[in-house]
Amino acid sequence: MEGQSVEELLAKAEQGEAEKLQRITVLKELELEFDLGNLLASDRNPPTGLRCAGPTPEAELRALARDNTQLLINQLWQLPTERVEEAIVARLPEPTTRLPREKPLPRPRPLTRWQQFARLKGIRSKKKTNLVWDEVSGQWRRRWGYQRARDDTKEWLIEVPGNADPLEDQFAKRIQAKKERVAKNELNRLRNLARAHKMQLPSGAGLHPTGHQSKEELGRAMQVAKVSTASVGRFQERLPKEKAPRGSGKKRKFQPLFGDFAAEKKNQLELLRIMNSKKPQLDVTRATNKQMREEDQEEAAKRRKMSQKGKRKGGRQGLGGKRKGGPPSQGGKRKGGLGGKMNTGPPGFGGKRKGGQRPGGKRRK
Amino acid sequence: MLIKGGNANATVTQVLKDVYALKKPYSVLYKKKNITRPFEDQTSLEFFSKKSDCSLFMFGSHNKKRPNNLVIGRMYDYHVLDMIELGIENFVSLKDIKNSKCPEGTKPMLIFAGDDFDVTEDYRRLKSLLIDFFRGPTVSNIRLAGLEYVLHFTALNGKIYFRSYKLLLKKSGCRTPRIELEEMGPSLDLVLRRTHLASDDLYKLSMKMPKALKPKKKKNISHDTFGTTYGRIHMQKQDLSKLQTRKMKGLKKRPAERITEDQEKKSKRIKKN
Repeated sequence: MEGQSVEELLAKAEQGEAEKLQRITVLKELELEFDLGNLLASDRNPPTGLRCAGPTPEAELRALARDNTQLLINQLWQLPTERVEEAIVARLPEPTTRLPREKPLPRPRPLTRWQQFARLKGIRSKKKTNLVWDEVSGQWRRRWGYQRARDDTKEWLIEVPGNADPLEDQFAKRIQAKKERVAKNELNRLRNLARAHKMQLPSGAGLHPTGHQSKEELGRAMQVAKVSTASVGRFQERLPKEKAPRGSGKKRKFQPLFGDFAAEKKNQLELLRIMNSKKPQLDVTRATNKQMREEDQEEAAKRRKMSQKGKRKGGRQGLGGKRKGGPPSQGGKRKGGLGGKMNTGPPGFGGKRKGGQRPGGKRRK
Repeated sequence: MLIKGGNANATVTQVLKDVYALKKPYSVLYKKKNITRPFEDQTSLEFFSKKSDCSLFMFGSHNKKRPNNLVIGRMYDYHVLDMIELGIENFVSLKDIKNSKCPEGTKPMLIFAGDDFDVTEDYRRLKSLLIDFFRGPTVSNIRLAGLEYVLHFTALNGKIYFRSYKLLLKKSGCRTPRIELEEMGPSLDLVLRRTHLASDDLYKLSMKMPKALKPKKKKNISHDTFGTTYGRIHMQKQDLSKLQTRKMKGLKKRPAERITEDQEKKSKRIKKN
């Protein structure tokens, strides 16, 4: 009797379980493929039920969608969950579908100066422990940072070394040294960054005082110092016999509004003539400059590519290519330069010389 | 990036607006009409993508030859990678279905049904393009109650049925809830028209993964087709005479035997010399 009732109970329990599971199980011929990182499910089963549905398969589509969604939800509920601020959150795995990238891969950054040096010398970084034993406080403290082990900023007594000036402030000296170190580090970091992005830093090349600087260098340094004020040098006084600096005027000159009536008339008539003419005017200077610039850019791009390829394959082929590329471009530059320079002077004249005179006989093809 | 063509009609405009609503805030809808043809000239699309920094786009237009046309595409490095033209046959908009909608910015679930999506190259690219377009931002955790809507794509008889449903979680006996669906969003019946797929090498270039992301191979572990895992252990050469085996007392060398062995070795040495 008891055995029977136990069996009955077990059977009932099983039935109950099966009913519950029935509500969430879905039968499919082929298993779906899941990519839970993207919340994606792909059903490979051929949609036979739908084919015979007719023109508006809405109900069948909805049933199919319900089944597929149920399977996807079953999978998602299997994932490990955590509790984050009163919400149950599931940890998604990495998406497995490979999709094309939006932007190309970033180029590897050039090595910093230290990395180059370390590579050259074969220096490898040693693994350091996080905590260091501090005798003074008698506990394990950080190697650097807040409440570090050997903190020399907190010292209340600094001995004056034998060779130092007795009236010097040793504490201030320490603080100053630290500031200088920080500034140097920052400068090096910015230099590394500029090198990585191939940007130009404003260089203080000739501006540090060495004992032996020429008159021109000193003059240049003085000019730069004058201009490096908040008002960009406008209110800096000059010494009594000092001459005004050359070439530091305005870069563009505008004619006064009215004055030379004849010149103004001439300019306006010239402008009207150019606008009315059917044939476009060719400014040879600008044309040659443009051509030169384009060719320079092409050469630079080619050289960059050759150097990249050369680095990969081994320098010889690349260098050979570079050498070949050298002389013809130089020759070409020279020709173009002469042609261009012949036309300086009043630019209007260069523009006027259309078909008649060819400057120097050397024209770019 | 959702762009209207020069001759976009009301249907197409409504479709673009609905997709914009689905994909807020990661999409931008251009209000003005742009007279371009994506399949002929891609420069204006590339210019737009550079300016708005978007790589996915949808372009809607309408003419007699191609009514209710929708071009969906993606870019790599601001150049067009894939473009697929779809025709809209049946369209029911978001506002025509009078149901409650889900909040914007939720990550949708995507389901593709039908074996067509793996058979033809066109359909495979279309599937990858739709996944790219409609999946939200990649997240590592997701709130289980926040799974609110599902986009269902069915490929059947040359048509693609796009339906979006809102999810209702009902109680079932166990932990996993039972799903009921409610039609919520735009529903489209699409027909595949022209395609402009990227060449194989451009596609390969765009799929390149940086070294850091590649899954690291564990060395010396191999898997069988039956699921058995094999490992390899590399050993140095062993001197088998010095091998430590189990000591069996009965096999121990008796002193008499050891003496005879020594004598044999000595005689061998004399012979050699």
